[in-house]
Amino acid sequence: MEELIEKLKKEVIEQLNLEDIKPEDINPDSPLFGEGLGLDSIDALELIVLLEKNYGIKIEDPKDGKKIFFSIRSMAEYITANKK
Amino acid sequence: MRQFITAYTLIDGFKCMVNGRLLFYQENILTFADFIKALYKQEQVNYPKFYKMDALGKLGFIASELLLRNKDIKSYPPELTGVVLSNSSSSLDTDIAHNETIRNREHYFPSPSVFVYTLPNIVIGEICIRNGIKGENAFLVSESFNSELIAGYVTDLFSRELVKGCLCGWIEVLGNRCEAFLAWVENQADVAETKPGPFNPVPFDAEHLKLLKNQNDR
Repeated sequence: MEELIEKLKKEVIEQLNLEDIKPEDINPDSPLFGEGLGLDSIDALELIVLLEKNYGIKIEDPKDGKKIFFSIRSMAEYITANKK
Repeated sequence: MRQFITAYTLIDGFKCMVNGRLLFYQENILTFADFIKALYKQEQVNYPKFYKMDALGKLGFIASELLLRNKDIKSYPPELTGVVLSNSSSSLDTDIAHNETIRNREHYFPSPSVFVYTLPNIVIGEICIRNGIKGENAFLVSESFNSELIAGYVTDLFSRELVKGCLCGWIEVLGNRCEAFLAWVENQADVAETKPGPFNPVPFDAEHLKLLKNQNDR
């Protein structure tokens, strides 16, 4: 799990162009939206694309997004449970 | 009432000038990405969303930032502050990037953050959000910088009292080729009230727009 979390941090930084942020700056348990990284709605769409492109996971119900993308850890847990 | 250009920015060939003064130039810079990032860092602009913008957005944002940071544009009502920009390639630079993400059927992953910039007027939105501008805006596309068109359009906005201050000019990016010319235009009375700045205001008309934009060619 910890390995996946570190990989995800790098992928999120690259995908969302978080230029001034390093992986060690991201607390895996902190909220991704609102405070924390201050992501917006377009970033949310990019995260959906990231899951599909890098892990082959398609989110069928958009309502699940809030829970899945709460933090890096919740993303990692979802990937572990759903990776094909 | 006559209008005056009271400040301007010129970016061409990875060189940046504000009010006729050289602000940035590094000979070893070869790409637009390196140039715009180096300029952003040098000028210590703190706006994390900058990195998420497309090339056109970054160029327009930086050019407006360098131009407006010494102007008290907040003294004008946001609804009476306008932005009129133009270029020749529209959003083609980003359209190409978007096309790259969708042309392979086996690897079809359109990027939302690229797609949202596939219109040229998004750069106006970025400038308006940053500066709280809510007035008239337009993005015009022409083969080359049409000073008569810009002067005519903006003068009309002033004469109909739709704006009291207006940012106008040319923002062009395609690959590593970039060119920006932005002018800040105000009414004569407002100019008289402002303290003398580093640049002596010049009348706002097609001739002065052309002269300021093409000064590097002379």
